[in-house]
Amino acid sequence: MSNQKHSISIAGENSLIVYFGDRPSDAIASQIAQVSERLRQSIGDVLIDLVPSYASLLVIYKPLQIDHHSVRAAMRVALESLTTAKGQLQGSLVILPVYYSVESGPDLRSLADGAGLSVDEVITIHQQSEYRVYAIGFAPGFAYLGEVDERIAASRLATPRQKVPCGSVGIADRQTAVYPAQSPGGWNLIGLCPQRMFDPKSTPSMPVQVGDRVRFESIDKQAFLALGGEL
Amino acid sequence: MGGLKVIQPGILSLPQDGGRYGAHGIGLTTGGPLDRNSFRWANRLAGNPEQATAIEVTIGGLVLASNATTLIAVAGAEMPLSINKKPASLWQSYNIYPGDRIELGFAKVGSRAYLAVAGGFQIEPIFNSTSAVPREAIGGLNQDGAPLQANQVLPCNDNDHTQPGYALPENHRPDYSHNSTVLRVVLGYQQDAFSSLQKQMFFSSDYTVTDSSDRMGYRLKGAGISPTISGILSEGICLGAIQVPADGQPIVLMNDRQTIGGYPKLGSILSLDVGNLAQLMPGGKVRFTAISIEQSHNLLALDEYRVNRIELDRLAP
Repeated sequence: MSNQKHSISIAGENSLIVYFGDRPSDAIASQIAQVSERLRQSIGDVLIDLVPSYASLLVIYKPLQIDHHSVRAAMRVALESLTTAKGQLQGSLVILPVYYSVESGPDLRSLADGAGLSVDEVITIHQQSEYRVYAIGFAPGFAYLGEVDERIAASRLATPRQKVPCGSVGIADRQTAVYPAQSPGGWNLIGLCPQRMFDPKSTPSMPVQVGDRVRFESIDKQAFLALGGEL
Repeated sequence: MGGLKVIQPGILSLPQDGGRYGAHGIGLTTGGPLDRNSFRWANRLAGNPEQATAIEVTIGGLVLASNATTLIAVAGAEMPLSINKKPASLWQSYNIYPGDRIELGFAKVGSRAYLAVAGGFQIEPIFNSTSAVPREAIGGLNQDGAPLQANQVLPCNDNDHTQPGYALPENHRPDYSHNSTVLRVVLGYQQDAFSSLQKQMFFSSDYTVTDSSDRMGYRLKGAGISPTISGILSEGICLGAIQVPADGQPIVLMNDRQTIGGYPKLGSILSLDVGNLAQLMPGGKVRFTAISIEQSHNLLALDEYRVNRIELDRLAP
């Protein structure tokens, strides 16, 4: 099933990245999992790490032990052995509470204005979709969720913020996520989620994993504070 | 077990080992020493494996009091080192006894120094590494990613016998005094989204290190470059990736980078050059030059060969 849909590019001195398509899908999520597994089997001893994402897989290798041609060849073999069976990713459904407001989401108003919608409409639309966890990255427990209704999709900020508060719910293009810790970031912030997204001392360390489904549920300020949220 | 007690933590002092690998899947970054070369030499001078846990001292100001009999070595930025108020040299190992006071002043040249102790600091790893990543609240002395704080004790083994001292020959010591560096770039990722004119501008311009540079990324200021796309589906980011947000000012992503991101990237700098960038002070000058992936592998192999052949000078007892 390997074809021109899969392209492999250099990422850096010890990394190649394979693109599975232009848009994430359940089928692509399944292909990424299959290729990761095959690479672990075929060249696992020279791999440093793998970074799966929406529609790509970054393959980091030990450049003193294998050259990029050989890694590329192993990736081609893995891609060619992909089964055509469409991935059946059911995943469990996780509900995440969100306090949507201008107070907790500093970009809510500008996003609504840009979209020609009211603030309430943005909040409603954000809750209507069921999202898929396509990748976890950027920060521990940062789950990338897709896809956001195109009416409320919004480009990243031109200059990322130095500090985005922990629990911030953001939108970037057609992705949405909950910031699991305070960090820099360029997403449009529309609310705060009081649920802890990453705790290294608990097992599992995250409430969601790749392949799960997520829904957001609006809560008021009082409920947010009662659930341990901080403003 | 003995230890070194933190009297003053300095500006930013972080335990680091070789880095955290295999946990990118849950979003954990690599961490590890920004200047891998100096880190390696500090460890080798202390008689350690290259990946042993040492302290990365940024800018300086670290003061320790020993309650152990051991050996230390400091390598990296020129921070004035003294032991019991007596000036001591970087790139050299020293025997340390209970009651000794180790002081690292503020860097005159460079930004990061590494303090290693014989056997490495004995810190419990989390996700297979002791590297402290403050942004993730992972690793370090209490596994919470926090920088060193006053009154903490850095555990280390007591050594019954004092060991001979070693020094790195001077010709192998890096020189950070120019506060400028050339970063070698392997083009990749979304490089096709940058026109040849934009690439020429990037490779022929001087960039300046800004104040908002840290272990996560070095934000540079200079000729703005604009890719034909403003965002991509978030994808895995490797060490040294050059990310260009919509304001056109490049950011070189370092050890504590996010594992995944959605800004277009032009390629990645050579890992051997990451340390040189990390040693620049704000206002430092950077230029970029393109190399092929084959050249990058050759350079890595040559560096490995060169480093393995270096013999330390044995100091007179």
